[in-house]
Amino acid sequence: MLVKFYLNDTLVSYDVRPDEYLSETLRSHGIKSVKVGCNESTCGSCTLLLEGKPVMSCSVLTASIENKHVTTIEGIQEEAAKIAYHFAEEGADQCGFCNVGYALVVYALKKNIKNPTDEQINDYIVGNLCRCSGLHSQLKAIKAYLKEE
Amino acid sequence: MAIDKKNMKVVNNKTHSLDGKALMQGKGKYTDDLAEQNSLVIKILRSPHAFAHIKSIDVSEAQKLNGVALVLTYKDVPHVSFSRAGQGYPEPSPHDKFILDEYVRYVGDEVAMVAAIDERVAEDALKLIKVEYEVLEPVLDFETAYENKSVIHPEDGIKEMFPIGFDPKKNVAASYEMHVGDVEKELAKSDVVVDETFYTQAQAHAMLETHSSNARLDMHNRLVIYSSTQTPFHMRRIMATTLGLPVSKIRFIKPRVGGGFGGKQAFHGEMFCALTTLKTGLPSKLVYTREEVFGASYTRHPMRIQMRIGAMKDGRINAIDCRSLSDTGAYGEHALTVFMIVGSKVLPLYNKVDAVRFGGRVVYTNHVPAGAYRGYGAIQGNYALESTIDILAEKLGMDPKEIREKNSMKEKETSPIFEIMGEGTKGTAMIMESCKLPYCIKRGAELINWNKNWPRVKVSDTKVRGYGMAIAMQGSGIPFMDMGSCSIKLNDGGSYNVTVGATDIGQGSDTLIAQIVAEELQTSVDNILVYSSDTDLTPFDCGAYASSTTYISGNAAWRAAIKMRERLIKEAAEYLGEKPENVEFDGKIFTSKDKTVSLYDLSVQWLYNKNLHQASVTESYFGHVSPPPFMAAYAEVEVDLETGEYEVLNYVTVTDCGTTINPMLARGQVEGGIVQGLGMACYEDVKYDKKGNLLSNNFLSYHIPTHKEIHKLTSEFADSYEPTGPFGAKSVGEIGIDTPPAVICNAIYNATGVRVHTLPITPEKILKGLKELKK
Ligand code: FES
Ligand code: FES
Repeated sequence: MLVKFYLNDTLVSYDVRPDEYLSETLRSHGIKSVKVGCNESTCGSCTLLLEGKPVMSCSVLTASIENKHVTTIEGIQEEAAKIAYHFAEEGADQCGFCNVGYALVVYALKKNIKNPTDEQINDYIVGNLCRCSGLHSQLKAIKAYLKEE
Repeated sequence: MAIDKKNMKVVNNKTHSLDGKALMQGKGKYTDDLAEQNSLVIKILRSPHAFAHIKSIDVSEAQKLNGVALVLTYKDVPHVSFSRAGQGYPEPSPHDKFILDEYVRYVGDEVAMVAAIDERVAEDALKLIKVEYEVLEPVLDFETAYENKSVIHPEDGIKEMFPIGFDPKKNVAASYEMHVGDVEKELAKSDVVVDETFYTQAQAHAMLETHSSNARLDMHNRLVIYSSTQTPFHMRRIMATTLGLPVSKIRFIKPRVGGGFGGKQAFHGEMFCALTTLKTGLPSKLVYTREEVFGASYTRHPMRIQMRIGAMKDGRINAIDCRSLSDTGAYGEHALTVFMIVGSKVLPLYNKVDAVRFGGRVVYTNHVPAGAYRGYGAIQGNYALESTIDILAEKLGMDPKEIREKNSMKEKETSPIFEIMGEGTKGTAMIMESCKLPYCIKRGAELINWNKNWPRVKVSDTKVRGYGMAIAMQGSGIPFMDMGSCSIKLNDGGSYNVTVGATDIGQGSDTLIAQIVAEELQTSVDNILVYSSDTDLTPFDCGAYASSTTYISGNAAWRAAIKMRERLIKEAAEYLGEKPENVEFDGKIFTSKDKTVSLYDLSVQWLYNKNLHQASVTESYFGHVSPPPFMAAYAEVEVDLETGEYEVLNYVTVTDCGTTINPMLARGQVEGGIVQGLGMACYEDVKYDKKGNLLSNNFLSYHIPTHKEIHKLTSEFADSYEPTGPFGAKSVGEIGIDTPPAVICNAIYNATGVRVHTLPITPEKILKGLKELKK
C-alpha cells in the first residue's frame, strides 16, 4: 500500500506492507540513521519525532502515519551538533548507537518543556537506554544543552 | 624517561572524540548499515531443549518454500571443532564447538540455518523444518555438573590446544591450581581466620547494537565480511582454519561498533554469512534479534568463590586461599582465562602475604555459554575478596580503610602471582613502576568523608546511609601475546594517514591514537586521519580486549610516530645540508641555525619534484609487562529498613591509570564501567526456569541501569606516570566495573548489618537478612 507522509518536511510516498513498522520502512529506503537496538519498543534507539513528539519507530505502523510529519536526525543536524558538543564536553559519548535517539528526544524535550527539573528530564529520557556511558555525564550534558539560548 | 605532562599539548588535554559529532548526527555506519541492499537474510533455528540429540532433521519443506535460497544443517557444514572465542593462537579455550552439530546444549543453541530473500520468508521457512529430538537430561545447576552422569560434550573431535585441564567426560572445560608458600600452615598460625563463600550471577552484556555481520564476494571472489566485532584479525584466522580457506581469501572489516564489553570478542553469525555467500555467491546478512543476544550469545561466567583469609592481631594479612567454581555454560569459551583472572588480577592486591593459593574448575552446564565480559573474572574475584576483607577488618576491630592501607600493593613492590599466572599459561614477573593506590584510598576517603560517615549515618527511624569501600586492579594487555601495530604515511601538505589494527568499539581508540600521534609529531588531531580494523588495509592488532588498546596499540602508535619524526628530521637535514642532531622540528618547520624548510614544502616535493618517495613507517608493540591500573572506590548508599530498598546516592572513585591520554574518554570508561558494575551488584540477573528456558530475554525482564537509578558519580584520577606506557598511560577500559559488587555489599552491611553473599543484592535479600537479625 502507498503511504504519504512528511519526512523532514518533504512529502514522500512509500509503498509498504500493512504490517510494516516505520523503522523498517525508513531503513529499507536508505535512512540508516534510524538505529534498531531491540525492535520491541524497549530501548529507545529507534526514536523519531512524530508530529514533534518522540516515538519509538519500531512500534509505529507506517500505514498509520498518513499525512503526518516525521523528523529524523537528518532534520535536526544543527541541534544534533550542539548536543554532540555537550556530550563531548562531559565525556558522555561512546559507541554512539544510542545517540541519535538521545538527540531527538533531548531536542523534543527542549521544545516541549521549558526549564525542566532533573526529575522531568529523567522521566523524558528514561526510555532511552545507553549501555556505554555513565549516564550521569549524559544528564550533565543534556542540562548544559537545555541551558543554551 | 618520564615526559612532563605540563608540556603535553594534545595528550592529557581535553580532546573531543573524532567521531562523536558524526555519530550524534546519524552519520556513523554500523555493520548492518553496510549490508548489501539485496542481501539474503539469514535466520537460525534454535533449540527448544536445554540438552538434546537430533535424531532426524527434515528440511525439504523449508527448501521448497518460495524465496528460500539455502538451508543448512549439521550435515552440510564442515565438521571441524573450533572455539568461537576471538583469542590469540593457539587458543587457551577448548575447541568444543561445531558450526552446527547433532547435539544441542542449551535452549537457543543452533539447529539449522535458513537464508532467504527476506526476513519473513526466512522465518516462515524455519517453521517448516522438522526436527526429531532425543531429549537428554540437562545439567542446570553448576554445582552438580562435575562428574554428572549427563555428559554435555560426549562427542569426538573436540580438543584442547595445550593443557588447560580439559576433561569433557567429567563436564570440565578447564581447571587450574597454583600456590605460593604453605597456605594451611600460615592459616593455622593466624590469630584470626575468616572463611566466606560468595556466589556471582550471570550478567548479560546488553550492548545496544545487536550482533551483526554481512558478507559478499568481491570481484576477485574473495569473501568480504563486515562484522560488529572486537577482534577482526582473530576472526579472519579462525574462519580460515575452520572453513579450510586461505587467509588471503578473507577480508574482515569492522565499521563503527555499538558497544562490545567482551560480548563481541567471539563469532556470532559470521560463519553463517560466510557459508551462505560462499555457497550461493550472493551477499548475505545476519542480525541477531534482541532475544537472540540475550538467549544465544554470551553471558558473564557465574561463579562460586570461597575465600579463606588469615591475619594477625595487628592487621597483617598472612595468607589467602581462594577456591572457585565457574559455570561456562554449553561451551568453554574463555573458560580458563576468565577463571585465572579471578586470582591473577585480584589476589596480588594484598601482596604482603606469606602464602597464597588459588584453584578450582570450570564446568559445563546447559546454560547460555559464558564468554568474555569486561572485568573478565576480576569483578567476581573482587566481590569475594573485598567483601571478605571487610569481614576480616570487623573481626580485627579495624577500619576497613586501614586494613587495606596496611596490606595493599605499593609502588615498586611486586607479587609472586604475576610470574606464576598468565593468560592460560605462565605469567610474567613485574614490579609496580606506577602504583598510586595509597593516594587513591586516601583521596577517595576524603571525597566521601569516610572518617565522619563510616560506617553509617542515621537519616530517620527507617532510613540509614551506609558507607562501603573496595580497591581493585586490572592489567594492561597480555604480555608477550598481545601485539598491536601502526602505520603512518605522510601526505602532501603535511597531514598524516594513520592505519591501525586497533579496534574502536565505542571506547574511542581512534581518538586516543590520533592524540598520541599528534602529540609526538607536534600537530593537531585534525591533521591525523585514522583508519582502523580492516584486515586488508591496516596492520595487525590482536583487538579490543584485556584492557590492551591504550597500552599495546597506543604504544605501537607512539613508536610509529617517534620513528616518523626521526625519519622526517633525517630527510630534512639532508635537504638542509645539516646533521640531523642539529635540526629542530616544531611540527611545521625544520630549523637548523639560520636555515629553514617547511614540512608542507618537503611533503609536496617528495611526491612531485625532488627526492621522490613516500615517507611512511610501520611499528609494532607487544608488552613485556602488563602494568595494572588501580582504583579505590567508595559509595554512599541509603537503605530503607522497612522495604530493603536502597539507592546509591554517590559513587566515588579515584583511579590510577597512569596518564589519561584523553581525560574525558578515560572518565567515560571508568563511569561506564561503574554503571555496568552497579547493574550487576544491584539487580541485573540472567534467570532460567527449571527446564533451562531463559526468562530474562528482553529489556523488560532484564533490567539495565537507567537515568532513574544512577545518581551522582564522582570520578577523579591520581597523578601517575607509567614508564612503559605511551606518554605514561596504562589501561582504563575494565577497571571501573570491578568494585561495585563489593562496595555495595559492604555499604549495605554497614548500613544494616546484613551481609549478602549472593549477587545481585536485592531488597528481598536485605529484608530477609533484617528479619533474621531481629530473631
Ligand atoms: S529499536 Fe525501537 S525501542 Fe528498541
Ligand atoms: S554510547 Fe553506546 S549505547 Fe550509548
